Amino acid sequence: MATQAHHSTTRRDFIFVATGAVAGVGAAATVWPLINQLNPDASTLALASIEFDISAIPEGQSVTIMWRGLPVFVRHRTQAEIDEAKAVPLADLKDPETDEQRTKEGHEQWLIMIANCTHLGCVPVGESGDFDGWFCPCHGSHYDSAGRIRKGPAPKNLVLPPYEFLSDTLVQIG
Amino acid sequence: MSEHSTYTPGNAVEKWLDDRLPIIRFSKEHLMDFPTPKNLNYWWTFGAILVMCLVIQIVTGVILAMHYTPHVSMAFDSVEHIRRDINGGRMIQSFHAVGASMFFAAVYIHIFRGMYFGSYKAPREILWILGVLIFLLMMATAFMGYVLPWGQMSGWAATVITNIFAAIPVIGNPLLELLRGGFSVGNPTLNRFFSLHYLLPFIIAAIVVLHIWALHVPGNNNPVGVDVKDTKRDTLPFHPYYTMKDAFGMVLFLIPFAWFAFFAPDILGHPDNYIEFNAQVTPAHIVPEWYFLPFYAILRAIDFNILFIDSKLGGVIFFGGSILILFFLPWLDTSKVRSGNFRPMFKWFYWLFVVNFVALTYLGAAPAEGIYVVLAKICTAYYFIHFLVILPLLGRIETPRPLPTSISESVLGKAH
Repeated sequence: MATQAHHSTTRRDFIFVATGAVAGVGAAATVWPLINQLNPDASTLALASIEFDISAIPEGQSVTIMWRGLPVFVRHRTQAEIDEAKAVPLADLKDPETDEQRTKEGHEQWLIMIANCTHLGCVPVGESGDFDGWFCPCHGSHYDSAGRIRKGPAPKNLVLPPYEFLSDTLVQIG
Repeated sequence: MSEHSTYTPGNAVEKWLDDRLPIIRFSKEHLMDFPTPKNLNYWWTFGAILVMCLVIQIVTGVILAMHYTPHVSMAFDSVEHIRRDINGGRMIQSFHAVGASMFFAAVYIHIFRGMYFGSYKAPREILWILGVLIFLLMMATAFMGYVLPWGQMSGWAATVITNIFAAIPVIGNPLLELLRGGFSVGNPTLNRFFSLHYLLPFIIAAIVVLHIWALHVPGNNNPVGVDVKDTKRDTLPFHPYYTMKDAFGMVLFLIPFAWFAFFAPDILGHPDNYIEFNAQVTPAHIVPEWYFLPFYAILRAIDFNILFIDSKLGGVIFFGGSILILFFLPWLDTSKVRSGNFRPMFKWFYWLFVVNFVALTYLGAAPAEGIYVVLAKICTAYYFIHFLVILPLLGRIETPRPLPTSISESVLGKAH
Protein backbone atom coordinates (compact mmCIF):
# COMPACT_ATOMS: atom_id res chain seq x y z
CA MET A 1 0.00 0.00 0.00
CA ALA A 2 2.84 2.35 0.77
CA THR A 3 3.88 2.42 -2.89
CA GLN A 4 0.36 3.37 -3.93
CA ALA A 5 -0.02 6.22 -1.47
CA HIS A 6 1.01 8.89 -3.95
CA HIS A 7 -1.14 7.61 -6.82
CA SER A 8 -4.11 9.79 -7.57
CA THR A 9 -6.38 6.82 -8.28
CA THR A 10 -6.35 3.74 -6.13
CA ARG A 11 -8.27 0.49 -6.05
CA ARG A 12 -10.00 1.88 -2.98
CA ASP A 13 -11.36 4.77 -5.05
CA PHE A 14 -12.77 2.28 -7.52
CA ILE A 15 -14.46 0.30 -4.75
CA PHE A 16 -15.81 3.55 -3.33
CA VAL A 17 -17.37 4.63 -6.64
CA ALA A 18 -18.66 1.14 -7.40
CA THR A 19 -20.32 0.88 -3.99
CA GLY A 20 -21.89 4.29 -4.44
CA ALA A 21 -23.22 3.32 -7.88
CA VAL A 22 -24.76 0.09 -6.55
CA ALA A 23 -26.34 1.98 -3.67
CA GLY A 24 -27.72 4.58 -6.09
CA VAL A 25 -29.28 1.96 -8.36
CA GLY A 26 -30.65 0.17 -5.32
CA ALA A 27 -32.19 3.37 -4.00
CA ALA A 28 -33.81 4.13 -7.36
CA ALA A 29 -35.14 0.56 -7.61
CA THR A 30 -36.63 0.91 -4.13
CA VAL A 31 -38.20 4.31 -4.77
CA TRP A 32 -39.75 3.41 -8.13
CA PRO A 33 -42.49 1.07 -6.76
CA LEU A 34 -43.31 3.73 -4.18
CA ILE A 35 -43.98 6.18 -7.02
CA ASN A 36 -45.45 3.67 -9.46
CA GLN A 37 -48.25 2.80 -7.02
CA LEU A 38 -49.65 6.24 -7.86
CA ASN A 39 -50.26 5.21 -11.49
CA PRO A 40 -53.71 3.97 -12.63
CA ASP A 41 -54.36 0.61 -10.99
CA ALA A 42 -55.62 -2.64 -12.52
CA SER A 43 -59.25 -1.92 -11.70
CA THR A 44 -59.06 1.46 -13.42
CA LEU A 45 -57.36 -0.02 -16.49
CA ALA A 46 -59.94 -2.82 -16.64
CA LEU A 47 -62.64 -0.26 -17.48
CA ALA A 48 -60.75 0.89 -20.54
CA SER A 49 -63.25 -0.37 -23.17
CA ILE A 50 -67.04 0.07 -23.36
CA GLU A 51 -69.83 -0.58 -25.88
CA PHE A 52 -72.61 1.91 -26.39
CA ASP A 53 -75.88 1.73 -28.34
CA ILE A 54 -76.42 5.00 -30.21
CA SER A 55 -79.78 4.16 -31.81
CA ALA A 56 -81.77 6.01 -29.13
CA ILE A 57 -80.19 9.40 -29.86
CA PRO A 58 -82.33 11.42 -32.30
CA GLU A 59 -80.79 13.86 -34.77
CA GLY A 60 -79.74 17.14 -33.18
CA GLN A 61 -79.34 15.62 -29.72
CA SER A 62 -76.37 14.44 -27.75
CA VAL A 63 -75.65 12.40 -24.67
CA THR A 64 -72.73 12.35 -22.27
CA ILE A 65 -71.48 8.91 -21.30
CA MET A 66 -68.57 7.89 -19.09
CA TRP A 67 -65.47 6.12 -20.38
CA ARG A 68 -62.47 5.49 -18.11
CA GLY A 69 -64.00 8.01 -15.71
CA LEU A 70 -64.01 10.64 -18.42
CA PRO A 71 -67.18 12.17 -19.82
CA VAL A 72 -67.63 11.51 -23.55
CA PHE A 73 -69.97 13.45 -25.84
CA VAL A 74 -71.88 11.40 -28.39
CA ARG A 75 -73.59 13.86 -30.72
CA HIS A 76 -75.97 13.05 -33.53
CA ARG A 77 -75.28 16.02 -35.79
CA THR A 78 -77.78 17.70 -38.10
CA GLN A 79 -76.96 18.10 -41.78
CA ALA A 80 -76.58 21.85 -41.20
CA GLU A 81 -73.90 21.27 -38.58
CA ILE A 82 -72.02 18.88 -40.83
CA ASP A 83 -72.16 21.31 -43.74
CA GLU A 84 -71.01 24.15 -41.52
CA ALA A 85 -68.06 22.13 -40.24
CA LYS A 86 -67.05 21.09 -43.76
CA ALA A 87 -67.22 24.65 -45.05
CA VAL A 88 -64.56 25.95 -42.64
CA PRO A 89 -61.23 26.61 -44.40
CA LEU A 90 -58.34 24.88 -42.59
CA ALA A 91 -56.43 28.15 -42.46
CA ASP A 92 -58.98 29.45 -39.95
CA LEU A 93 -58.19 26.70 -37.48
CA LYS A 94 -55.81 26.85 -34.54
CA ASP A 95 -55.42 23.05 -34.62
CA PRO A 96 -56.17 22.21 -38.26
CA GLU A 97 -58.20 19.04 -38.81
CA THR A 98 -60.81 18.37 -41.48
CA ASP A 99 -64.31 17.25 -40.57
CA GLU A 100 -63.48 13.88 -42.18
CA GLN A 101 -60.60 13.41 -39.75
CA ARG A 102 -62.96 14.09 -36.85
CA THR A 103 -65.52 11.42 -37.81
CA LYS A 104 -65.67 7.89 -39.23
CA GLU A 105 -66.44 7.42 -42.92
CA GLY A 106 -70.09 6.59 -43.49
CA HIS A 107 -70.98 7.84 -40.02
CA GLU A 108 -70.40 11.58 -40.49
CA GLN A 109 -73.45 12.40 -38.42
CA TRP A 110 -71.83 10.95 -35.30
CA LEU A 111 -69.32 13.04 -33.42
CA ILE A 112 -67.74 11.21 -30.49
CA MET A 113 -65.28 13.17 -28.37
CA ILE A 114 -63.88 13.29 -24.86
CA ALA A 115 -65.89 16.03 -23.18
CA ASN A 116 -63.03 17.70 -21.34
CA CYS A 117 -61.89 21.08 -22.61
CA THR A 118 -58.29 20.78 -23.76
CA HIS A 119 -57.39 23.84 -21.70
CA LEU A 120 -57.87 22.70 -18.12
CA GLY A 121 -60.45 19.94 -18.38
CA CYS A 122 -63.84 21.51 -17.67
CA VAL A 123 -66.87 20.10 -19.51
CA PRO A 124 -67.98 22.55 -22.22
CA VAL A 125 -71.65 23.40 -22.65
CA GLY A 126 -73.25 22.03 -25.84
CA GLU A 127 -75.05 23.98 -28.58
CA SER A 128 -73.52 27.26 -27.53
CA GLY A 129 -70.55 29.50 -28.19
CA ASP A 130 -69.82 31.61 -31.27
CA PHE A 131 -69.39 28.64 -33.63
CA ASP A 132 -72.55 26.55 -33.07
CA GLY A 133 -70.63 23.96 -31.14
CA TRP A 134 -69.46 24.00 -27.54
CA PHE A 135 -68.50 26.72 -25.12
CA CYS A 136 -66.36 26.14 -22.04
CA PRO A 137 -67.60 28.31 -19.15
CA CYS A 138 -64.35 28.08 -17.19
CA HIS A 139 -62.03 30.16 -19.35
CA GLY A 140 -64.07 30.95 -22.43
CA SER A 141 -62.95 28.50 -25.14
CA HIS A 142 -65.26 28.15 -28.17
CA TYR A 143 -65.46 24.92 -30.20
CA ASP A 144 -67.24 24.51 -33.54
CA SER A 145 -69.71 21.87 -34.70
CA ALA A 146 -66.84 19.42 -35.29
CA GLY A 147 -65.44 20.05 -31.77
CA ARG A 148 -62.49 22.05 -33.11
CA ILE A 149 -61.03 24.89 -31.08
CA ARG A 150 -61.86 28.24 -32.66
CA LYS A 151 -61.37 30.87 -29.97
CA GLY A 152 -60.05 31.08 -26.39
CA PRO A 153 -57.13 29.67 -24.39
CA ALA A 154 -57.54 25.96 -25.24
CA PRO A 155 -54.68 24.79 -27.46
CA LYS A 156 -56.23 21.72 -29.14
CA ASN A 157 -59.47 20.38 -30.59
CA LEU A 158 -61.61 18.25 -28.28
CA VAL A 159 -59.83 14.89 -28.11
CA LEU A 160 -61.27 11.93 -30.00
CA PRO A 161 -61.18 8.67 -28.06
CA PRO A 162 -60.20 5.53 -29.97
CA TYR A 163 -63.51 4.04 -31.13
CA GLU A 164 -65.10 1.99 -33.92
CA PHE A 165 -68.57 1.18 -35.18
CA LEU A 166 -69.32 -2.50 -34.52
CA SER A 167 -72.59 -2.03 -36.42
CA ASP A 168 -74.66 0.98 -37.48
CA THR A 169 -76.01 1.36 -33.96
CA LEU A 170 -73.29 -0.07 -31.74
CA VAL A 171 -70.06 1.76 -30.95
CA GLN A 172 -67.08 0.43 -29.06
CA ILE A 173 -65.05 3.10 -27.30
CA GLY A 174 -61.54 2.22 -26.16
CA MET B 1 -27.27 33.68 19.66
CA SER B 2 -26.39 31.35 22.50
CA GLU B 3 -24.11 33.96 24.06
CA HIS B 4 -27.21 35.62 25.51
CA SER B 5 -27.93 32.71 27.83
CA THR B 6 -28.33 33.76 31.42
CA TYR B 7 -29.62 30.38 32.47
CA THR B 8 -28.32 28.77 35.60
CA PRO B 9 -30.07 25.56 36.64
CA GLY B 10 -32.20 26.26 39.70
CA ASN B 11 -31.91 22.89 41.38
CA ALA B 12 -30.23 19.50 41.19
CA VAL B 13 -32.85 18.04 38.83
CA GLU B 14 -32.51 20.93 36.38
CA LYS B 15 -28.74 20.63 36.62
CA TRP B 16 -28.95 16.90 35.91
CA LEU B 17 -31.24 17.54 32.92
CA ASP B 18 -29.13 20.43 31.64
CA ASP B 19 -26.08 18.18 31.41
CA ARG B 20 -28.00 15.64 29.35
CA LEU B 21 -30.64 17.50 27.31
CA PRO B 22 -30.38 21.27 27.76
CA ILE B 23 -33.97 21.83 26.72
CA ILE B 24 -34.76 24.32 29.48
CA ARG B 25 -31.66 26.32 28.58
CA PHE B 26 -32.67 26.23 24.92
CA SER B 27 -36.21 27.37 25.65
CA LYS B 28 -35.03 30.15 27.89
CA GLU B 29 -32.58 31.39 25.27
CA HIS B 30 -34.97 31.25 22.33
CA LEU B 31 -38.43 31.73 23.78
CA MET B 32 -37.74 34.06 26.70
CA ASP B 33 -34.42 35.89 26.74
CA PHE B 34 -34.01 36.24 22.98
CA PRO B 35 -32.94 39.86 22.33
CA THR B 36 -35.58 41.46 20.12
CA PRO B 37 -35.44 44.97 18.64
CA LYS B 38 -37.48 47.24 20.86
CA ASN B 39 -39.20 49.09 18.02
CA LEU B 40 -41.20 46.21 16.47
CA ASN B 41 -44.72 47.28 15.51
CA TYR B 42 -47.91 45.20 15.28
CA TRP B 43 -47.06 44.03 11.75
CA TRP B 44 -44.43 41.90 13.49
CA THR B 45 -47.04 39.97 15.49
CA PHE B 46 -48.14 38.04 12.41
CA GLY B 47 -45.34 35.49 12.81
CA ALA B 48 -46.86 34.37 16.09
CA ILE B 49 -50.38 34.64 14.65
CA LEU B 50 -49.32 32.29 11.84
CA VAL B 51 -48.00 29.73 14.31
CA MET B 52 -51.37 29.93 16.04
CA CYS B 53 -53.14 29.40 12.68
CA LEU B 54 -51.04 26.31 11.95
CA VAL B 55 -51.83 24.87 15.37
CA ILE B 56 -55.57 25.53 14.91
CA GLN B 57 -55.52 23.83 11.49
CA ILE B 58 -53.65 20.79 12.78
CA VAL B 59 -55.81 20.36 15.88
CA THR B 60 -59.15 20.80 14.09
CA GLY B 61 -57.88 18.79 11.12
CA VAL B 62 -56.83 15.77 13.18
CA ILE B 63 -60.30 15.82 14.78
CA LEU B 64 -62.07 16.08 11.41
CA ALA B 65 -60.05 13.12 10.13
CA MET B 66 -61.60 11.02 12.91
CA HIS B 67 -65.03 11.46 11.28
CA TYR B 68 -64.27 11.97 7.59
CA THR B 69 -64.40 9.16 4.99
CA PRO B 70 -62.09 9.57 1.98
CA HIS B 71 -64.18 7.69 -0.55
CA VAL B 72 -66.01 9.21 -3.53
CA SER B 73 -69.32 7.68 -2.51
CA MET B 74 -69.10 8.77 1.13
CA ALA B 75 -66.86 11.84 1.37
CA PHE B 76 -69.56 14.42 0.64
CA ASP B 77 -72.00 12.84 3.10
CA SER B 78 -69.35 12.42 5.77
CA VAL B 79 -68.64 16.16 5.75
CA GLU B 80 -72.38 16.82 6.13
CA HIS B 81 -72.38 14.21 8.89
CA ILE B 82 -69.62 16.17 10.65
CA ARG B 83 -71.58 19.40 10.29
CA ARG B 84 -74.92 17.99 11.45
CA ASP B 85 -74.37 14.98 13.70
CA ILE B 86 -70.98 15.16 15.41
CA ASN B 87 -71.03 16.89 18.79
CA GLY B 88 -69.72 20.38 18.10
CA GLY B 89 -68.76 19.23 14.61
CA ARG B 90 -70.37 22.25 13.00
CA MET B 91 -67.95 24.57 14.78
CA ILE B 92 -64.89 22.37 14.39
CA GLN B 93 -65.50 22.08 10.66
CA SER B 94 -66.15 25.79 10.23
CA PHE B 95 -63.05 26.73 12.23
CA HIS B 96 -61.01 24.49 9.94
CA ALA B 97 -62.54 25.85 6.72
CA VAL B 98 -62.49 29.49 7.85
CA GLY B 99 -59.06 28.84 9.37
CA ALA B 100 -57.63 28.22 5.91
CA SER B 101 -58.78 31.68 4.78
CA MET B 102 -57.51 33.34 7.95
CA PHE B 103 -54.19 31.53 7.58
CA PHE B 104 -53.78 32.98 4.09
CA ALA B 105 -54.93 36.45 5.19
CA ALA B 106 -52.22 36.38 7.86
CA VAL B 107 -49.55 35.00 5.54
CA TYR B 108 -50.22 37.69 2.92
CA ILE B 109 -49.87 40.41 5.58
CA HIS B 110 -46.69 38.71 6.82
CA ILE B 111 -45.24 38.55 3.28
CA PHE B 112 -46.16 42.14 2.42
CA ARG B 113 -44.70 43.32 5.73
CA GLY B 114 -41.45 41.58 4.78
CA MET B 115 -41.56 43.22 1.35
CA TYR B 116 -42.06 46.73 2.72
CA PHE B 117 -39.43 46.54 5.44
CA GLY B 118 -36.91 44.67 3.29
CA SER B 119 -36.84 41.68 5.62
CA TYR B 120 -35.56 39.49 2.77
CA LYS B 121 -32.26 41.37 2.45
CA ALA B 122 -28.88 40.13 3.63
CA PRO B 123 -28.35 38.36 5.94
CA ARG B 124 -31.95 37.06 5.90
CA GLU B 125 -32.16 35.53 2.38
CA ILE B 126 -32.49 31.94 3.62
CA LEU B 127 -35.12 33.06 6.11
CA TRP B 128 -37.10 34.56 3.21
CA ILE B 129 -36.64 31.53 0.94
CA LEU B 130 -37.88 29.20 3.66
CA GLY B 131 -40.89 31.49 4.03
CA VAL B 132 -41.69 31.26 0.31
CA LEU B 133 -41.35 27.49 0.57
CA ILE B 134 -43.86 27.46 3.44
CA PHE B 135 -46.20 29.60 1.32
CA LEU B 136 -45.94 27.10 -1.54
CA LEU B 137 -46.64 24.16 0.77
CA MET B 138 -49.59 26.05 2.25
CA MET B 139 -51.04 26.45 -1.23
CA ALA B 140 -50.65 22.74 -1.96
CA THR B 141 -52.17 21.80 1.39
CA ALA B 142 -55.10 24.20 1.05
CA PHE B 143 -55.82 22.99 -2.46
CA MET B 144 -55.88 19.33 -1.45
CA GLY B 145 -57.98 20.11 1.60
CA TYR B 146 -60.49 21.91 -0.60
CA VAL B 147 -60.92 18.75 -2.67
CA LEU B 148 -61.85 16.56 0.32
CA PRO B 149 -65.53 17.62 0.77
CA TRP B 150 -66.03 16.30 -2.80
CA GLY B 151 -68.48 18.96 -3.87
CA GLN B 152 -68.69 20.39 -7.38
CA MET B 153 -66.01 23.02 -6.71
CA SER B 154 -63.81 20.38 -5.05
CA GLY B 155 -63.91 17.99 -7.98
CA TRP B 156 -63.51 20.65 -10.64
CA ALA B 157 -60.71 22.38 -8.75
CA ALA B 158 -58.95 19.02 -8.67
CA THR B 159 -59.56 18.56 -12.40
CA VAL B 160 -58.42 22.03 -13.41
CA ILE B 161 -55.37 22.21 -11.16
CA THR B 162 -54.06 18.72 -11.98
CA ASN B 163 -54.58 19.57 -15.64
CA ILE B 164 -52.03 22.34 -15.25
CA PHE B 165 -49.35 19.64 -15.15
CA ALA B 166 -50.57 18.25 -18.50
CA ALA B 167 -49.24 21.42 -20.12
CA ILE B 168 -45.66 20.22 -19.56
CA PRO B 169 -44.31 18.95 -22.90
CA VAL B 170 -43.72 15.20 -23.38
CA ILE B 171 -44.14 14.03 -19.77
CA GLY B 172 -47.35 16.02 -19.20
CA ASN B 173 -49.93 13.30 -19.81
CA PRO B 174 -48.19 10.40 -18.04
CA LEU B 175 -47.57 12.79 -15.14
CA LEU B 176 -51.26 13.75 -15.09
CA GLU B 177 -52.31 10.09 -14.87
CA LEU B 178 -49.71 9.50 -12.17
CA LEU B 179 -51.04 12.41 -10.09
CA ARG B 180 -54.68 11.39 -10.49
CA GLY B 181 -54.17 7.65 -10.31
CA GLY B 182 -56.52 7.28 -13.25
CA PHE B 183 -57.64 8.89 -16.46
CA SER B 184 -59.78 11.34 -14.56
CA VAL B 185 -60.15 12.70 -11.04
CA GLY B 186 -61.66 9.85 -9.04
CA ASN B 187 -61.41 7.76 -5.92
CA PRO B 188 -57.62 7.21 -6.12
CA THR B 189 -57.21 10.99 -6.42
CA LEU B 190 -59.36 11.66 -3.38
CA ASN B 191 -57.53 9.06 -1.32
CA ARG B 192 -54.04 10.34 -2.05
CA PHE B 193 -55.10 13.95 -1.53
CA PHE B 194 -56.42 13.01 1.90
CA SER B 195 -53.16 11.26 2.76
CA LEU B 196 -51.05 14.20 1.59
CA HIS B 197 -53.34 16.78 3.16
CA TYR B 198 -52.65 15.07 6.48
CA LEU B 199 -48.91 14.88 5.85
CA LEU B 200 -48.07 18.35 4.53
CA PRO B 201 -48.98 20.40 7.64
CA PHE B 202 -46.31 18.51 9.56
CA ILE B 203 -43.77 19.21 6.82
CA ILE B 204 -44.82 22.86 7.09
CA ALA B 205 -44.30 22.70 10.86
CA ALA B 206 -40.79 21.31 10.29
CA ILE B 207 -39.95 24.11 7.86
CA VAL B 208 -41.38 26.64 10.31
CA VAL B 209 -38.77 25.37 12.78
CA LEU B 210 -36.05 26.03 10.19
CA HIS B 211 -37.65 29.43 9.44
CA ILE B 212 -37.42 30.40 13.13
CA TRP B 213 -33.91 28.98 13.35
CA ALA B 214 -32.89 31.13 10.37
CA LEU B 215 -34.58 34.07 12.12
CA HIS B 216 -32.67 33.52 15.35
CA VAL B 217 -29.25 33.61 13.69
CA PRO B 218 -29.31 37.29 12.56
CA GLY B 219 -32.25 38.20 14.82
CA ASN B 220 -35.34 40.17 13.83
CA ASN B 221 -35.37 42.87 11.22
CA ASN B 222 -37.23 45.97 12.46
CA PRO B 223 -39.21 48.95 11.14
CA VAL B 224 -36.15 51.19 10.62
CA GLY B 225 -34.13 48.32 9.18
CA VAL B 226 -30.82 49.16 10.87
CA ASP B 227 -28.94 46.37 12.63
CA VAL B 228 -28.87 45.95 16.38
CA LYS B 229 -25.65 47.67 17.51
CA ASP B 230 -25.95 47.61 21.26
CA THR B 231 -27.99 44.72 22.64
CA LYS B 232 -28.64 46.56 25.89
CA ARG B 233 -29.98 49.75 24.35
CA ASP B 234 -31.56 48.42 21.13
CA THR B 235 -33.30 45.27 22.28
CA LEU B 236 -35.70 43.85 24.84
CA PRO B 237 -36.04 40.23 25.92
CA PHE B 238 -38.70 38.39 23.92
CA HIS B 239 -40.51 37.49 27.13
CA PRO B 240 -42.49 39.26 28.50
CA TYR B 241 -42.35 42.17 26.04
CA TYR B 242 -43.11 40.37 22.80
CA THR B 243 -44.92 37.35 24.19
CA MET B 244 -47.48 39.83 25.51
CA LYS B 245 -47.56 41.92 22.33
CA ASP B 246 -47.95 38.77 20.21
CA ALA B 247 -50.66 37.44 22.50
CA PHE B 248 -52.57 40.70 22.16
CA GLY B 249 -52.18 40.55 18.37
CA MET B 250 -53.53 36.99 18.40
CA VAL B 251 -56.58 38.07 20.40
CA LEU B 252 -57.32 40.87 17.93
CA PHE B 253 -56.86 38.45 15.03
CA LEU B 254 -59.25 35.95 16.60
CA ILE B 255 -62.09 38.50 16.55
CA PRO B 256 -62.72 38.43 12.77
CA PHE B 257 -61.76 34.74 12.79
CA ALA B 258 -64.50 33.94 15.31
CA TRP B 259 -66.96 36.20 13.52
CA PHE B 260 -66.54 34.25 10.30
CA ALA B 261 -66.58 30.86 12.02
CA PHE B 262 -69.65 31.56 14.15
CA PHE B 263 -71.75 33.86 11.96
CA ALA B 264 -70.70 33.36 8.33
CA PRO B 265 -68.83 30.06 7.96
CA ASP B 266 -69.75 29.75 4.27
CA ILE B 267 -69.39 33.34 3.15
CA LEU B 268 -65.86 32.73 1.84
CA GLY B 269 -66.85 29.56 0.00
CA HIS B 270 -69.04 28.78 -2.99
CA PRO B 271 -72.64 27.46 -2.91
CA ASP B 272 -71.77 25.03 -5.72
CA ASN B 273 -69.65 23.07 -3.29
CA TYR B 274 -72.83 21.91 -1.59
CA ILE B 275 -73.66 19.91 -4.71
CA GLU B 276 -71.86 16.57 -4.84
CA PHE B 277 -69.17 16.28 -7.51
CA ASN B 278 -70.50 15.36 -10.96
CA ALA B 279 -67.87 14.55 -13.58
CA GLN B 280 -70.34 15.29 -16.39
CA VAL B 281 -71.24 18.88 -15.52
CA THR B 282 -68.92 21.80 -14.75
CA PRO B 283 -70.40 24.67 -12.70
CA ALA B 284 -70.98 27.76 -14.83
CA HIS B 285 -68.68 29.98 -12.77
CA ILE B 286 -65.65 28.15 -11.58
CA VAL B 287 -63.31 30.25 -9.48
CA PRO B 288 -60.78 29.19 -6.86
CA GLU B 289 -60.84 30.31 -3.23
CA TRP B 290 -60.06 34.00 -2.82
CA TYR B 291 -56.46 33.40 -1.72
CA PHE B 292 -55.56 31.86 -5.08
CA LEU B 293 -57.25 34.50 -7.23
CA PRO B 294 -54.21 36.70 -8.05
CA PHE B 295 -52.28 33.72 -9.36
CA TYR B 296 -55.37 32.34 -11.10
CA ALA B 297 -55.77 35.69 -12.89
CA ILE B 298 -52.18 35.37 -14.12
CA LEU B 299 -52.84 31.80 -15.32
CA ARG B 300 -55.86 32.96 -17.31
CA ALA B 301 -54.26 36.13 -18.66
CA ILE B 302 -52.06 34.19 -21.09
CA ASP B 303 -54.62 33.24 -23.75
CA PHE B 304 -52.28 33.70 -26.71
CA ASN B 305 -49.38 31.66 -28.08
CA ILE B 306 -45.86 32.97 -27.41
CA LEU B 307 -43.65 31.84 -30.30
CA PHE B 308 -43.63 28.03 -30.11
CA ILE B 309 -45.16 27.98 -26.61
CA ASP B 310 -48.91 27.43 -26.76
CA SER B 311 -51.31 29.45 -24.63
CA LYS B 312 -51.85 26.66 -22.10
CA LEU B 313 -48.17 26.10 -21.37
CA GLY B 314 -47.61 29.87 -21.44
CA GLY B 315 -50.23 30.40 -18.77
CA VAL B 316 -48.67 27.71 -16.63
CA ILE B 317 -45.19 29.19 -17.03
CA PHE B 318 -46.37 32.64 -15.93
CA PHE B 319 -48.46 31.13 -13.12
CA GLY B 320 -45.47 29.19 -11.79
CA GLY B 321 -43.13 32.09 -12.44
CA SER B 322 -45.27 34.49 -10.41
CA ILE B 323 -44.57 32.44 -7.29
CA LEU B 324 -41.05 31.24 -8.10
CA ILE B 325 -39.92 34.83 -8.71
CA LEU B 326 -40.38 35.44 -4.97
CA PHE B 327 -37.43 33.13 -4.30
CA PHE B 328 -35.19 35.57 -6.16
CA LEU B 329 -36.49 38.74 -4.52
CA PRO B 330 -33.42 39.14 -2.24
CA TRP B 331 -31.25 39.52 -5.34
CA LEU B 332 -33.69 41.44 -7.54
CA ASP B 333 -33.93 44.29 -5.04
CA THR B 334 -30.56 45.99 -5.40
CA SER B 335 -31.03 48.64 -2.71
CA LYS B 336 -28.94 48.28 0.42
CA VAL B 337 -31.54 50.11 2.52
CA ARG B 338 -33.99 47.69 4.09
CA SER B 339 -36.91 49.72 5.38
CA GLY B 340 -39.32 51.29 2.87
CA ASN B 341 -39.66 54.20 5.32
CA PHE B 342 -36.31 55.52 4.10
CA ARG B 343 -36.85 54.86 0.40
CA PRO B 344 -38.94 57.72 -1.05
CA MET B 345 -39.40 56.15 -4.51
CA PHE B 346 -39.71 52.52 -3.45
CA LYS B 347 -42.55 53.48 -1.13
CA TRP B 348 -44.74 54.55 -4.07
CA PHE B 349 -43.90 51.54 -6.16
CA TYR B 350 -44.53 49.26 -3.18
CA TRP B 351 -48.09 50.55 -2.79
CA LEU B 352 -48.62 50.41 -6.53
CA PHE B 353 -47.60 46.74 -6.36
CA VAL B 354 -50.07 46.16 -3.51
CA VAL B 355 -52.87 47.83 -5.52
CA ASN B 356 -51.91 45.78 -8.56
CA PHE B 357 -52.02 42.58 -6.47
CA VAL B 358 -55.48 43.45 -5.14
CA ALA B 359 -56.58 44.21 -8.71
CA LEU B 360 -55.37 40.76 -9.79
CA THR B 361 -57.42 39.27 -6.95
CA TYR B 362 -60.49 41.06 -8.28
CA LEU B 363 -59.78 40.06 -11.87
CA GLY B 364 -59.26 36.42 -10.92
CA ALA B 365 -62.89 36.29 -9.83
CA ALA B 366 -64.24 38.31 -12.77
CA PRO B 367 -65.53 36.50 -15.87
CA ALA B 368 -62.91 35.99 -18.60
CA GLU B 369 -64.40 38.42 -21.09
CA GLY B 370 -64.29 42.01 -22.35
CA ILE B 371 -62.34 44.61 -20.40
CA TYR B 372 -61.39 42.13 -17.66
CA VAL B 373 -59.21 40.15 -20.07
CA VAL B 374 -57.29 43.28 -21.07
CA LEU B 375 -56.89 44.46 -17.48
CA ALA B 376 -55.69 41.03 -16.37
CA LYS B 377 -52.97 41.17 -19.01
CA ILE B 378 -51.86 44.64 -17.92
CA CYS B 379 -51.80 43.68 -14.23
CA THR B 380 -49.93 40.45 -14.99
CA ALA B 381 -47.33 42.40 -16.95
CA TYR B 382 -46.96 44.92 -14.12
CA TYR B 383 -46.55 42.13 -11.54
CA PHE B 384 -43.46 40.91 -13.36
CA ILE B 385 -42.20 44.38 -14.26
CA HIS B 386 -42.18 45.26 -10.56
CA PHE B 387 -39.78 42.42 -9.79
CA LEU B 388 -37.71 42.35 -12.97
CA VAL B 389 -37.40 46.04 -13.87
CA ILE B 390 -38.52 48.39 -11.11
CA LEU B 391 -36.80 46.79 -8.11
CA PRO B 392 -33.40 46.30 -9.81
CA LEU B 393 -33.49 49.87 -11.17
CA LEU B 394 -34.70 51.62 -8.01
CA GLY B 395 -31.66 50.52 -6.05
CA ARG B 396 -29.48 52.34 -8.58
CA ILE B 397 -31.39 55.58 -9.15
CA GLU B 398 -32.98 56.22 -5.77
CA THR B 399 -31.41 58.39 -3.06
CA PRO B 400 -32.51 57.00 0.29
CA ARG B 401 -33.24 59.27 3.21
CA PRO B 402 -30.62 59.30 6.01
CA LEU B 403 -30.92 56.32 8.33
CA PRO B 404 -30.92 56.67 12.12
CA THR B 405 -27.59 55.59 13.58
CA SER B 406 -29.28 53.05 15.85
CA ILE B 407 -32.62 51.52 16.77
CA SER B 408 -32.38 53.24 20.14
CA GLU B 409 -31.94 56.65 18.50
CA SER B 410 -34.94 56.09 16.23
CA VAL B 411 -37.09 55.35 19.28
CA LEU B 412 -35.77 57.86 21.82
CA GLY B 413 -34.31 60.60 19.64
CA LYS B 414 -30.67 61.78 19.79
CA ALA B 415 -30.84 62.97 23.42
CA HIS B 416 -28.26 60.50 24.63
